[in-house]
Amino acid sequence: MSAPLAPARPSRLSLAVRDSRTMLRRNLLHARRYPSLTLNLLLTPVMLLLLFVYIFGGVMSAGIGGADRSDYIAYIVPGILMMTVGGTVIGTAVSVATDMNEGVIARFRTMAIHRGSVLVGHVVGSVLQCVASVALVGAVAVAIGFRSTDATALEWLAAFGLLTMFALALTWIAVGMGLASPNAEAAANSAQPLILLPLISSAFIPADSMPGWFRPIAEYQPFTPAIETLRGLLLGTGIGHNGWLAVAWCVGLTVLGYLWSTAQFSRDPK
Amino acid sequence: MTDLAIAANGLRKSYGDKAVLDGVDLAVPEGTIFALLGPNGAGKTTAVKILSTLVSPDPASGEIRVGGHDLAADPQAVRAAIGVTGQFSAVDGLITGEENMLLMADLHHLSRSEGRRVAAGLLERFDLVEAAKKPASTYSGGMKRRLDIAMTLVGGPRVIFLDEPTTGLDPRSRHTMWQIIRELVTGGVTVFLTTQYLEEADQLADRIAVLDGGRIVAEGTAEELKRLIPGGHVRLRFSDPAAYRRAVSALGEVTTDDEALALQIPSDGSQRELRSVLDRLDLAGIEADELTVHTPDLDDVFFALTGSAGLPRQSKESVR
Repeated sequence: MSAPLAPARPSRLSLAVRDSRTMLRRNLLHARRYPSLTLNLLLTPVMLLLLFVYIFGGVMSAGIGGADRSDYIAYIVPGILMMTVGGTVIGTAVSVATDMNEGVIARFRTMAIHRGSVLVGHVVGSVLQCVASVALVGAVAVAIGFRSTDATALEWLAAFGLLTMFALALTWIAVGMGLASPNAEAAANSAQPLILLPLISSAFIPADSMPGWFRPIAEYQPFTPAIETLRGLLLGTGIGHNGWLAVAWCVGLTVLGYLWSTAQFSRDPK
Repeated sequence: MTDLAIAANGLRKSYGDKAVLDGVDLAVPEGTIFALLGPNGAGKTTAVKILSTLVSPDPASGEIRVGGHDLAADPQAVRAAIGVTGQFSAVDGLITGEENMLLMADLHHLSRSEGRRVAAGLLERFDLVEAAKKPASTYSGGMKRRLDIAMTLVGGPRVIFLDEPTTGLDPRSRHTMWQIIRELVTGGVTVFLTTQYLEEADQLADRIAVLDGGRIVAEGTAEELKRLIPGGHVRLRFSDPAAYRRAVSALGEVTTDDEALALQIPSDGSQRELRSVLDRLDLAGIEADELTVHTPDLDDVFFALTGSAGLPRQSKESVR
């Protein structure tokens, strides 16, 4: 709503920041009080990590031309970290859909608060949860032997920035999915691709080892360039044009998800 | 002329080609309780949703002012002036009652200490201190509704919308809620409430509008509405068909119900009229099994105003 504000009121920006912070606190309170959703979603990447390393590790390592299992740990961890982001935002889609069915959202809409703060609270909360989840899964990876070979401080920073950007992009898409879904179950279903896409990316095997007809599917999706970039930053493999591709995907998805979400949220509720 | 807290002209809203509100005019003076009375599906909730900025009215609607602000031009100013308690509980079930209150305080930009003071005061006033540390999802219906209203009051709204505030509450909670609503207006606050209970409107409202099929079919004080329909009556019921028939012939102008063996005599319920009925019965040596004096209440108004128009449409709908 672009209503002109009376001079006595605080500026739009400070109001927006304040209300968004309040909404963020609310969402973090939810997450802290009911951590089971977030923790459940962490199980998938951790299970896949352990499965691929300890069960398939030997074979897979040979497949990428590595000497032993530790080579494959190094190969798989960047993909698993990105997958963690994809899994965490499923929780975001679910909690947004659940929230929209709560009467309290209707209350927020009738209050003189910054309209977008409800969504901003969800988005910032989700990105923070992604960072926490990635840190947890990363700790598991380190515990089973993952080591970054030659990353400089700057590369670590870039890796962190990339993960955050990727989390922000997928979060906005997930928020849009949550808003478009009539209930939590539908939200979980529509957000499912966000954790399945890594399976058909270069997370587990290099894209060029895939059958020819399948390769474009693996290459023309956000996970592959993001994973290749993260791999390059942490392990010193070639990044090439993947860096720019990853950034472009992140920016594109963020803008798309933002426009989609805000358009849905500003519509009259059903 | 007193200032109007709510003024709406030609309020319209259709979903598809179904007109939910078909030109509703409302004028609610400040500091009064106004009840919008109507059966399910009359458009009560839609009216509240529009007046509280939740949904937008059709462009064909006239000017709508709430709390002195134009709804279309400055919805944020309207929002700052109002408080809404919807039909469905608007509390955050995942957090505690106290956290819900503090959330409201934060969103009204109260300072931390003021927020705590206001929250504690309202929890006390609505008898929620004991439950304050429990998740709101564990509250009973009455407690949720009280928390809901307490949350609405945090910002000190001048106009309060209550959409069916007592639907689904047990009698005790309903009376508590009525007391709460009466107390709200003592501070000069305007209350706009919707209800399908005639007794509720009669008990609480200064003015009542009867909404049916998206139109206001009558408006006035409870007394004025009651005057709209024919007066009261005395109802006599018999168990003996013979006595019933004799009474019908002895009393003359009566409405009869042969199946129930009951008859109705128009009466204002005064002592004199009652005595004359009893005298005539005594004279004919008839004893009724049951005698009730019926003064017109809002139920009569309600059925008289919405019955004829409402019933055929309802039956058509059930056929479809």
